[in-house]
Amino acid sequence: MKFKPVIIWKIIVYLILIILAILSILPFYWMITTSFKTPAESIAVPPTWIPKTLTFFGYETVITRIHFLRYMYISFITSILTILGSLLTALLAAFAFSWIQFKGRDTIFMGFLSLMMVPMPVYIIPLFLIVQRLGWLDTLHVMIVPWTVSIFSIFLLRQNMRTIPKDLYDAAVIDGCGRLRFLFQIIVPLIKPAITTIVIFEFISSWNTFMWPLMVINKDNLRPIQVGLAYFAQGESTNYPALMAASTLSILPLVILFFIAQKQIIESYARSGLKE
Amino acid sequence: MPKARKEFLYGLLFLLPALTILFIFKVLPILFAFNISFHEWGIAGDKGFVGLQNYKFLLQDRYFWQALWNTFLYTLFSVPLSITMALLIAYLLNQNIKGVGLFRTVFFLPVITSLVAVSVVWKWLYNPQRGLFNFILSLLRLPTLKWLEEPRGIFELLTGKDLPYLLEGPSLALFSLVILSVWKSLGYNIVIFIAGLKNISETYYEAAKIDGASRWQIIRHIMLPLLSPTTFYVFIMTTISSFQVFAPVWMMTGPPTGGPLGKTSVVVYYLFRKGYEEYQVGYGSAIAFVFFVIILAITIIQRKLSEKRVYYEV
Repeated sequence: MKFKPVIIWKIIVYLILIILAILSILPFYWMITTSFKTPAESIAVPPTWIPKTLTFFGYETVITRIHFLRYMYISFITSILTILGSLLTALLAAFAFSWIQFKGRDTIFMGFLSLMMVPMPVYIIPLFLIVQRLGWLDTLHVMIVPWTVSIFSIFLLRQNMRTIPKDLYDAAVIDGCGRLRFLFQIIVPLIKPAITTIVIFEFISSWNTFMWPLMVINKDNLRPIQVGLAYFAQGESTNYPALMAASTLSILPLVILFFIAQKQIIESYARSGLKE
Repeated sequence: MPKARKEFLYGLLFLLPALTILFIFKVLPILFAFNISFHEWGIAGDKGFVGLQNYKFLLQDRYFWQALWNTFLYTLFSVPLSITMALLIAYLLNQNIKGVGLFRTVFFLPVITSLVAVSVVWKWLYNPQRGLFNFILSLLRLPTLKWLEEPRGIFELLTGKDLPYLLEGPSLALFSLVILSVWKSLGYNIVIFIAGLKNISETYYEAAKIDGASRWQIIRHIMLPLLSPTTFYVFIMTTISSFQVFAPVWMMTGPPTGGPLGKTSVVVYYLFRKGYEEYQVGYGSAIAFVFFVIILAITIIQRKLSEKRVYYEV
């Protein structure tokens, strides 16, 4: 009889968790099942929990009627180049901030940190005017270049680099090993987990970016996935199987990434919270 | 070349890419935003310096105040809901149960999916005629709701009375967006809370158990105080991101966007509409600066308030 409260407690814990988990997964379940229904079945009252007839009608619509695969391609290209760019600038900047001694270094670093506090909506309109003046509207690089510096990434890499003893740097410099070689051959392998974190964060945020490309891209063949999906949703507001198929396809790359690197992703997010 | 000079040059060289890009695409636009907020600048181009005219107009713009009030309500409801639910789930997941990984995956999935895709899906769930949510309500024999199309406040709907504007609460349309944001942000907050809970040493709990403390007493007097730095961090992050809500409003409410009677218009959406869609650059920038000042103020106030409450482990 002594164990009884413990067992009841466990049952309550599981029950709450299972109910909340079902509620949390329900939108995804509904998205996927609707995407396989026929348009008629999708709006049937009462709705069906499991599609009676499994059709690919929705997916066919998405792939044939609009340039959906093209949107995905644009998002891939811009995401990969944004990741590479921000990784490069962050590695170089973090290297300077943690190894090279020079006057004004810490002031510049404080400046970076305070810039991190300015949210994007504050400067997005003038930023638009600047790229417009540069003639960058409706180009690929307008979606990449402005976002190739992530202050958070610089901050994260700097924290990691500072755990490596400075003697290593001094020895390398005296040995005549160039600073760039030292950075890429010795430091980079030592801070791989931080680099993985940055790649994950940058990929998720570039893949999901919406407001900026919505403003600067008008041409259909340059639309990234989120903008393409948004316009598709406005045009086809009642073709539910197609809408759900488009949503499913648009989140597929991140969901696959999530299942491959789940542990690293969740740990990255958890660490980003603790180190602040 | 002297060593110090050499190091200085190397330092600048390594910082150059980041500095250049940040300067052109962040510092310059921020300064520019501040400058054009004092200009009359619309479709016809820059008409010159007009002093505080945009800001004066802003004070009298009832659509701006409505957007600000909506943003405030959205934050006021989504932040505490998200934090308490995340804390509850993190606490339960920390009870040595089986399948923690699976639960965590399920709760975390919404975090990585885009707001655009999620908005498309939830708009379908909220559909008043054919949506899943109303179907579930009808299964439970509850009255169905108009969700995103309902301009009436949730307190009005609950009490069935006509309430004054300030007391009617967020419209159900806005509250529908609150529910979505709680669902979306939950996983991230859970993960942060679990990390925070893991940081609390078992010895505290064991000592309390030996002293005969109840489960609630342990939560109240040991867990929550020791967790407060984490809670504080989650609180600030969720508040700041709530204040910037944009995509769901653009995607889910309307036409006209901004929802029934402008009940889901929020600051960033209003800024986007004025500064970009209507190309009132000067006015849009004034909105942007007021928005920035509010975000800064929230951060400072939260920091000041929490200095007294937050317990940091020595």
